[in-house]
Amino acid sequence: MPASNELLERSAAEIAAAVNERRVSAAEVTRATLERVVATEPNVGAYLTVLAEAALAEAASVDRRVAQGERLPLAGVPLAVKDNMCLTGSRTTCGSKILEQWIAPYTSTAVARMLAAGAIPIGKTNCDEFAMGSSCENSALGITRNPYDLLRVPGGSSGGSAAAVAAFEAAIGLGSDTGGSIREPGAFCGVVGFKPTYGRVSRYGLIAFASSLDQIGPLTRTVEDAALTYDAMAGFDPMDATSVQEPVEPAAPALRDDLHGLRVGIVREFDPGALGGAMDALYRAAYAGLERLGAELVEVSLPTAEYGVATYYLIAPAECSSNLARFDGVRYGLRVAGRDVRGMYDATRAAGFGEEVKRRILIGTHALSSGYYDAYYVRAQKARTLIADDFRGAFASCDLIACPAASCPAFRFGAKSDPYSMYLMDYYTIPMSLAGLPAISVPCGWVQPPDGNEPLPIGLQLCGPLFAERLLLGAAHAYERATNHRATHAPLAQRLTA
Amino acid sequence: MSDPIIDIRYVAKLAQIALTDEEIERFGAQLGDLLQHVAALERLDTERVAATAQVVESRNILRDDVARPSLDRETVLAQAPQRQGKFFRVPRIIGE
Repeated sequence: MPASNELLERSAAEIAAAVNERRVSAAEVTRATLERVVATEPNVGAYLTVLAEAALAEAASVDRRVAQGERLPLAGVPLAVKDNMCLTGSRTTCGSKILEQWIAPYTSTAVARMLAAGAIPIGKTNCDEFAMGSSCENSALGITRNPYDLLRVPGGSSGGSAAAVAAFEAAIGLGSDTGGSIREPGAFCGVVGFKPTYGRVSRYGLIAFASSLDQIGPLTRTVEDAALTYDAMAGFDPMDATSVQEPVEPAAPALRDDLHGLRVGIVREFDPGALGGAMDALYRAAYAGLERLGAELVEVSLPTAEYGVATYYLIAPAECSSNLARFDGVRYGLRVAGRDVRGMYDATRAAGFGEEVKRRILIGTHALSSGYYDAYYVRAQKARTLIADDFRGAFASCDLIACPAASCPAFRFGAKSDPYSMYLMDYYTIPMSLAGLPAISVPCGWVQPPDGNEPLPIGLQLCGPLFAERLLLGAAHAYERATNHRATHAPLAQRLTA
Repeated sequence: MSDPIIDIRYVAKLAQIALTDEEIERFGAQLGDLLQHVAALERLDTERVAATAQVVESRNILRDDVARPSLDRETVLAQAPQRQGKFFRVPRIIGE
């Protein structure tokens, strides 16, 4: 059976079942996906690099394994990899000129585990440079458009992976989330975006931005696919000493259809009334939907959460300024000649880094510099403690927390030209990142923006205590099953490939 | 945090990034603005609060000190901006 375009619009679970049952081959799925990519990319621009050859080779290997009787949880599933994750032999740019020509000499653990589970690497996706941004507009290497309205951003920083999944150019996208970089593009592109607990997925081979916050996770069209991806990737890795040793219980078997017995916390400080009429109504409806599924809604308070953005914009840049010191033009990446070695460093980094990366390196360097360290960096680390304590307090009276994933739907290109207005995009996602908590964005409705004709998706964010992935994914699945918001608006695939 | 003015020239030197005059002015204004926003943290009472570097409890992990296979030298050197034989070639740093 030829892989019809219809199969590409199915979930990863369904594609894997078809391949495992040999109703279709991984090679057929891969060829069909590559055709879809060729037809769609002129409109969407999700990928920076398409790995046609590697994908077909991987597909042939999956078909051999299946023919030998192996059943692979992600057999033949088209995978989009954010371009800050290494895959041997693939160009890995981080959306930056400084790595524009860099070929990864090794494979990240997360990607290696996905390939072992049978996924097929279709390509590397666009992102804000070094994952710093909320719209993909900070990429130095390409523009990605929101599949639901091509005049709008896909969100960021994992916007390429979110757009690829929304536009059926992959069934699973890998993203990385430092302050919301999976959940916000998930919300903007009408897909599921899941950030596991910090340390659940190895960061080996993920090019570092802010090491105490970075976490890899999936963007998918269903919660079940997010669970399957998590099950494939999670677990201790000796190559990342910060990956946690806690045993991982698979999440896919824990998916549920109701929320009976669960207390869901509604955050007093995150009143959706602040977001305006349409958003307010949708979030209230979402909370009521959780209640209809059997959850008991309880009010909780996160009094320090409003300091999240300020805390984050000291800690993340400080870690970034330290991590990005390695890009000096000596061993890899761009080199621009200078008068002497210091001149080479200065010129290389001036030419190689874009505006936002420079801003963050500068603020981080300032926050860590002598005389300012205690006032900025240490104070922010203490605020981080208070924010994590707030969540611990809240989880004493609830099992999960529900709140918006973002304060608005996808905005138009150029709409957030002031850096701080862009930083505020992560207002609802940063507190969970600072506390290391697992959180997921699930489509929860559509709004008609005043400045556009297309209805745009918005996301409900659910968050759980540390290591509560099974509970979180289980509840998100129940909500998704009951509401099925993705189905209310026809996928745009036909229009995107026109 | 009483003085939110940032000396961009000095910070850029520490960060090893050459900036144009125009960038110095723009980044100076933008980062000054950001520092005004983060000054909100002064309102928090953090007197007796411990700093959090890492949220998930972690402990030091040691491995046996034995040689293991690593990246192939040729693969790594192939990425070098400039090489000489099996070395990275860099501008002169001694004897200037």
